[in-house]
Amino acid sequence: MPIARAARRTAVRLGAVVLTGALLAACGSSTDGASGDGAGGEVTVTVDLFGSFGYKEAGLYAEYERLHPGVTVKQTDTEDEADYWKSLQTRLAGGGGLADVQGIEVGRIASVTQQQAERFEDLRKYGAEALENRFAPAKWAAATGKGGEVLGLGTDVGPEAMCYRKDLFEQAGLPTDREELAKKWATWDGYLELGKRYKAKAPGRSAWIDSVGSLYSIMIGQEKERYYDASGKLIWEDNPALRTAWDHAVEAARGGLSAKLDQWSPQWNQAFAAGSFATLPCPAWMLGYIKGQAGEAGKGRWDVAALPGGAGNWGGSYLTVPRAAKHKKEAYELIEWLTAPEQQTRLFEKQGNFPSATGAIDEVAGAKDPFFSGAPIGKIFGDAAKAAPVQVLGVHDQNIAQQITNALSEVERKGTSPEEAWSNARKGVENTID
Amino acid sequence: MTLTAPPAPAVPRTVPPAPPGAARRAWRTVSPYAYLAPFFTLFVAFGLFPLLYTAFVSLYRVELQTPGDMEWRGLGNYTALLRDAYFWVSLRNTFTIGVLSTVPQLVMALGLAHLLNHRMRGRTFLRTAVLLPYATSVAAATLVFAQLFGRDFGLINYVLGLVGIDPVDWQNGTVASQIAVSTVVIWRWTGYNTLIYLAGMQSVPVELYEAAAMDGASRWRQFFHVTLPGLRPTILFTVVVSTIGATQLFGEPLLLEGSVSGGISHQYQTLGLYLYEQGWGFFHLGRAAAVAWVMFLLILVLVGLNALIARRRSRKEAGR
Repeated sequence: MPIARAARRTAVRLGAVVLTGALLAACGSSTDGASGDGAGGEVTVTVDLFGSFGYKEAGLYAEYERLHPGVTVKQTDTEDEADYWKSLQTRLAGGGGLADVQGIEVGRIASVTQQQAERFEDLRKYGAEALENRFAPAKWAAATGKGGEVLGLGTDVGPEAMCYRKDLFEQAGLPTDREELAKKWATWDGYLELGKRYKAKAPGRSAWIDSVGSLYSIMIGQEKERYYDASGKLIWEDNPALRTAWDHAVEAARGGLSAKLDQWSPQWNQAFAAGSFATLPCPAWMLGYIKGQAGEAGKGRWDVAALPGGAGNWGGSYLTVPRAAKHKKEAYELIEWLTAPEQQTRLFEKQGNFPSATGAIDEVAGAKDPFFSGAPIGKIFGDAAKAAPVQVLGVHDQNIAQQITNALSEVERKGTSPEEAWSNARKGVENTID
Repeated sequence: MTLTAPPAPAVPRTVPPAPPGAARRAWRTVSPYAYLAPFFTLFVAFGLFPLLYTAFVSLYRVELQTPGDMEWRGLGNYTALLRDAYFWVSLRNTFTIGVLSTVPQLVMALGLAHLLNHRMRGRTFLRTAVLLPYATSVAAATLVFAQLFGRDFGLINYVLGLVGIDPVDWQNGTVASQIAVSTVVIWRWTGYNTLIYLAGMQSVPVELYEAAAMDGASRWRQFFHVTLPGLRPTILFTVVVSTIGATQLFGEPLLLEGSVSGGISHQYQTLGLYLYEQGWGFFHLGRAAAVAWVMFLLILVLVGLNALIARRRSRKEAGR
């Protein structure tokens, strides 16, 4: 009996020691085994993206797997880019849990090239410099580091247009023809004027536009210099173009033209089906999102017209390979294939993400989309892509934009005075930059 | 309690100790520490070290993108904090949301506990049921509540509409959004506090109630004059725990809209969320560390204040 008790006591003691050891060991081990490599050259390439790149929907992964036996592509996706960026930065700092391919938004690419070049693979190692003439020069240059490193391959660009609900326009007695509308809203004042006419006879409780935040974003996309000048100096506060965009957004907010929604929020998603707004500023990548949210029922109700106030660019992305990736070579092969002109063409035709590869831009010139009432999206977005200014990019672009749209939302939803909102935006930007 | 009481006489050992080998004796002196070691190892690794390292980091400018380049700031992060209007906004929000959530929660818990303390059918089932919200994850609960509180398509606004009340903007209104956040907290924690109160009530001697009943005290008077005084230590405990919880409130405001700023005008940003925005929204790790320390000190002060008030009250009672 005493022996048994002693044995049990020893066992408990041992157990405690083992447990402590196991806990400590668990903390020490890194996050291995994210992608299992089976025997016989089986490789799983992981891809981590945000928003709607549309590769899976367009069937590109399936085709790549068919062309490369033994390779499996696994994608994870975060809807909101801000959340994606947070999680990516945390993983980059920790050095673990990174996918083999990470998507980067154009508003963040300056942060990658200027601050974090050493955390991403220089794709010249795999022969990427030969791809330079595939891309528009500005797209290529933006992902090039100080020492000429090639840190990412361009996916799409975001030429801007205006998407609108034909059926709602008709009910409100507005013209529905895209050519006629493009003339009527040749300027932003014309656009807001039409908005007032819409509001007077709006069907149901629908508003003219989803949010003043998206209105601001599309307008600022028409400018060459936004938050920084070419020398890298912060100029947003004294930028007259920014101020003009702000004033127009304030006018829309005060005129009650907005449905007061937050882009990418669940409420915003629900509003597509409910028809809560008649126009939605749409960079090309938004087309796929509209299709996804409006569903089959939305087919033929939507249309696309040229953007008020000239051409612009909002967004567009890059694919990168982090240093800490497991299958760098395979990852590079995948992104080289995904960003090749043929695949970019197919992606545009299926999903609407506009190609950044020069070869593909001519290829898609004749594309039309039945979902958007047969609108010649190839021509509309192609013209916009050619005329859009080459934007000056800065490290904090995305965060500054977020502070400004937040402030505009205050005017829109809380009735804050524009002066107070502007000073709130300034406070926010100061916090952002430190 | 008297300290002068003589030590209790040693109980004679019935089992004679094993031959006292030197190793055995050494083990006897060391073993208590060995038993405590697992806890302290974990505490040092995950409690003490982060605490001290956070203090160290808070004196530097450290960015998440470039954690290697640490730049000495001294108390710069702290002064920047005190100058930031949004820090004060979030401090105020933490306080108002804390009051909005803690007070109704504890009052309701007390009432529920009182009801559950009666003999009735299905008592065990009801007692278990009140704990269910506590077992739900913050994320799941908050996401469901966010849907209910939707401005355009939410159930709550729909019901309000039925009785002729205009839709409330539960996300953007300052008071409305704070009520929305508090509702989630109240829903999750009321049951937990109910059970704690219930346990406290059951330790109040039945004789006291019988005596009170014999003196002709009604149920209400019994509640106020027997139950409440008997529950004082329990109430103090729940107030302290709720105060700490309210100071650290984070998940609910973050997930209401998924906004790190706690809404477009920081209307429901708590200190916890402010810390997160600094650290993982803007990647200012040094600044975030400074916020963490300010929060830590704040909690110490609040708990100290609680203890002081409690001690003064009990002294007053004793002096009566």
